[in-house]
This record gives sequence, structure tokens and C-alpha cells, in this order.
Amino acid sequence: MTLKEIKELLQAEVITGEDSLDKEIMFAGGSDLMSDVLAFGKPGILLLTGLSNAQSVRTANIIDAKAIVYVRGKQPDEAGIKLAKEMGIPLLSTKLMMYATCGLLFSHGLPGVSDPS
Amino acid sequence: MSDEYVLSQKFKIKGGDFGKAGRTSTSIKEILKEIGIDPSIVIRASISVYEAEMNVVMYAKKGMVTLSVTPEELHLKLEDEGQGIADIDQAMKEGFSTATHEMREMGFGAGMGLPNIKKNADRFEITSIPGKGTTLDIIFCLNKTGNK
Repeated sequence: MTLKEIKELLQAEVITGEDSLDKEIMFAGGSDLMSDVLAFGKPGILLLTGLSNAQSVRTANIIDAKAIVYVRGKQPDEAGIKLAKEMGIPLLSTKLMMYATCGLLFSHGLPGVSDPS
Repeated sequence: MSDEYVLSQKFKIKGGDFGKAGRTSTSIKEILKEIGIDPSIVIRASISVYEAEMNVVMYAKKGMVTLSVTPEELHLKLEDEGQGIADIDQAMKEGFSTATHEMREMGFGAGMGLPNIKKNADRFEITSIPGKGTTLDIIFCLNKTGNK
């Protein structure tokens, strides 16, 4: 599934990375806890989170995440956007809650991080 | 063991500076990529040093990371000056945490950090003196034998 398809499915706004929407996403994982993302995340993950400070972007960079989708309409702060631009990590924001975001992506065939089949 | 260093570099970490937290780990990750460390080790080392850096920011007054690379090993040494850890066995248990609300708002402080460092490292040692500080030695083997 491409990032563009994900954007349309979640009716998400692209905050940065408009030119990277052709990126292919193979699996996703959702958590507001960066410690969990560091423990269970894998390179290439699409990170779904409600944590909107700069640590979400730093964490995504550390684990080589492909992009971040902020849920519940969260918007990253200026520091986070600046970092994401430097690091080339696309940031999207959807008004959907975490549960609905995961459910929509999963039901359209995007597996979870623990089962990247 | 060879004494021949490919690289040895020190980085300072300021305690309580949540705005800059993670900057050192981002720099170290870039360096490891540049010098051609295996990508799977880069990820494990980056996760470990990021967790450790966040611990220094959250709990210590200041800290120092020493990154040393030899042909055999990648060694991350973290030394901090701060409150230290009274009971290391307890701190190594997943879920044990003394984090404040501010730390949890950053997405950290869930009691996962030290266990996650241990999980990622090939060798991990922790020593601490309460009231003085904590030292971590996080080691990754760069040759195949001994590698996780």
C-alpha cells in the first residue's frame, strides 16, 4: 500500500513529505509510548501515534520508520516538523482515533509490525 | 582484542533538557552509518544509545557518551552524574519505573529502557552508586561470532 493510498483511506492531511507519497508501506504499528515503539518497532514501519512532540520524530528516525501518521487530529510541534524535514520522514495527520485508524488499514490489507507477511 | 581504534568520540548530554533529548543518538546513528557499520547493528546500537540518552536527560544532571569502534567491537559507554540507581535488579525489570508525569508525556518512562538496551546489546554492564551516578557499557560485536 502506498503512502498516498493511506492518506486517502484515512482522509489524512500531509504535514510534510508531499513528494514522498509514492513510498510503499509494508506494515504498521501503533503506540503513544515511544519506549514500546523502540522495543517492538522494525525498520520500514509506518508509525501511528498520538504523541505529537519531537520525540516521535526522533524515535521514528532511530528505528528507520518510513513515515508517521498522527491520530486523533494531533499536529506535531514546530521542532518535530523541522526535524522530519531534515530527516526526510513524511508526517501525516488524521482526525480518526487510533482504533479506527488501525482497523481501516488492517482491513485494507496492511499487516501489523509483528506479522509482516 | 586489538587496540586499534577506528573511531573514538565523546558527546555531552545535559540532564533535564527535554528539547534537545535524542540529538546525541541521532548524531551517533549518522556516524555509524557513515563508517559503514552493518545496518542491523546500527539500528540496535541507535535504539540502545537513545534509550540510555533519554535516561540521562530524565534522571541525571549531566552525562557523557563515549563511542569507541575497533575492528572487533562497537562500544558505547555512558557515564552520568546524578541520583544513581539504588536497586539495579529492580530497575532491570520491565515495567518498573520512577518516571514523572513530564517524562511520560515525552513518551518515555514506562520502565522499558534498560531491559530494551540489554535485549539489543551483545554485552551489557551497569554499575551505579546512589547519589553519584550510573555507568553503562553497551557493546556490540562487529565480527560474526558473538553477534546476536
